[in-house]
Amino acid sequence: MTDIISPLPGIFYRKPGPDKEPYAAVGDRIDAGQTVGVVEIMKQFSEVRSDVSGILESFAIEDSGTVNPGDVIATVTEG
Amino acid sequence: MTVEKLLVANRGEIAVRIIRAARELGIKTVLAASEPDEGSYAAQLADEVAIIGPAPAGKSYLNAEAVLEAASATGCDSLHPGYGFLSENAGFARAVVDRGLTWIGPSADAIELMGNKSRARQAAKAAGVPTLRGSDGALTPDSDILGIAETVGYPLVVKASAGGGGRGIRLVTAAADLLSTVEIAQAEAQAAFGDSTVYLEQFVHRARHVEVQIIGDGAQVIHLGDRDCSLQRRQQKIVEEAPAPGLPDDVRATILASSIELGRQCHYSGLGTVEFLYNPDTQEAAFIEMNTRLQVEHPVTEMITGLDLIREQILVARDGALRLTPEDIAFTGHAFEFRINAEDPENGFMPSPGTLERLQWPGGPGVRIDSGVVAGSAVAPFYDSLLAKLIVWDSSRDQAMARSAGALSEVLISGVKTTLPLLKAVLARSEVVAVEHHSKFIETTPDLLGASA
Repeated sequence: MTDIISPLPGIFYRKPGPDKEPYAAVGDRIDAGQTVGVVEIMKQFSEVRSDVSGILESFAIEDSGTVNPGDVIATVTEG
Repeated sequence: MTVEKLLVANRGEIAVRIIRAARELGIKTVLAASEPDEGSYAAQLADEVAIIGPAPAGKSYLNAEAVLEAASATGCDSLHPGYGFLSENAGFARAVVDRGLTWIGPSADAIELMGNKSRARQAAKAAGVPTLRGSDGALTPDSDILGIAETVGYPLVVKASAGGGGRGIRLVTAAADLLSTVEIAQAEAQAAFGDSTVYLEQFVHRARHVEVQIIGDGAQVIHLGDRDCSLQRRQQKIVEEAPAPGLPDDVRATILASSIELGRQCHYSGLGTVEFLYNPDTQEAAFIEMNTRLQVEHPVTEMITGLDLIREQILVARDGALRLTPEDIAFTGHAFEFRINAEDPENGFMPSPGTLERLQWPGGPGVRIDSGVVAGSAVAPFYDSLLAKLIVWDSSRDQAMARSAGALSEVLISGVKTTLPLLKAVLARSEVVAVEHHSKFIETTPDLLGASA
């Protein structure tokens, strides 16, 4: 299991826009470098990517939830 | 209309500024604040604070229903939207009025007209405001796009009707790329703004950004002079000044008079800003858009006129009549505004939230600070990075630049990274001294961008 950590404080979004599909859903196969969400800080958006390939097990932060640096955003089971 | 208890529907420096203006008129204030802003400097200064929701702006400052509810719950009779957030939302302006509150701003109809950039362009043209060559309104399915582009000339830009503030613009340099770019721009505009209409406009290389401040009461409209806001990074203004330097007399006279006429024709009430591109090579100014709200950079106009623009804005909304006449307005000296943002110029202008450990502001004659923070304030990651504005006035542009350099050197901020190094570097550039700068100057001058360049 590998955690995806937020490097930034801000607001975590699972979708690129309110009417858009989520970047990834629980149970999806994720490639290393794939975007699973974005963190908004002061109106700037930074993509949150997985360092490993595997299955997306869970999100620890809900959509539009607040994150601090070092917080776990999601967990991926490698494979 | 009555304005005895005002809901301030904003945050940061502009909330502080509005509270001060209201207080001096004997008006009580209620600050509509998000949960993390409950202890902000603006919250300390307001008579009351109403919590409107959690940190994300979409759930608090942009939540129209929560803001309206806060106004009712606290017994407010009026609402000031500041800039950004709900300030240019015509539906919100209408809802405020429908609730029987005094809206401190122009009519919802004026906001709607100017919010649609192709309609605004047509209104400007009809009022005799110089406009760039372009399509006559938005492109339609029947438009001869290539033919229109031929009369506009290349390079040209495809602009979204619902865009503005630099958003929704695509450059086309050759006819071969035109139709595909229009298609992409329409799809993007639909996705970004929910309105796919676009129009064509001539592209101006190396233009300056100048603008005219107007105030009206629906019948009378007067101007309060012009400003130059060419020093920008990513379409965001960084340094502004008033009056706009180096404008030929006839150009200045044209933009001032035609801005008043545009205001008159749309029965404009309250403060508004008509923005122009000025091409120094051809000595021509042309309409870009009109902002139907208070501007961030309004203090430079206050410094050269001696007026309190927010006081006048509130009084026009309350009394329905302008108390100023053109004869009341006298322009003296020159003013600069520097936006101090919590961003790290050494690291690609990455936002830099944190806690302000130390904060030391400059002083002396002609030096003003409009700040939303004090020492100990938390700079939250959720909102705009603007911490404070340093505004400097002196008798001439040269003197104002010298005074600004001194004032900037006195500012001391620790706890977060700020844009101060960029502001100091910009002020020292010979191009800025000589008024040879333009709206891409900062981005095309690698020395100014530090390690990120």
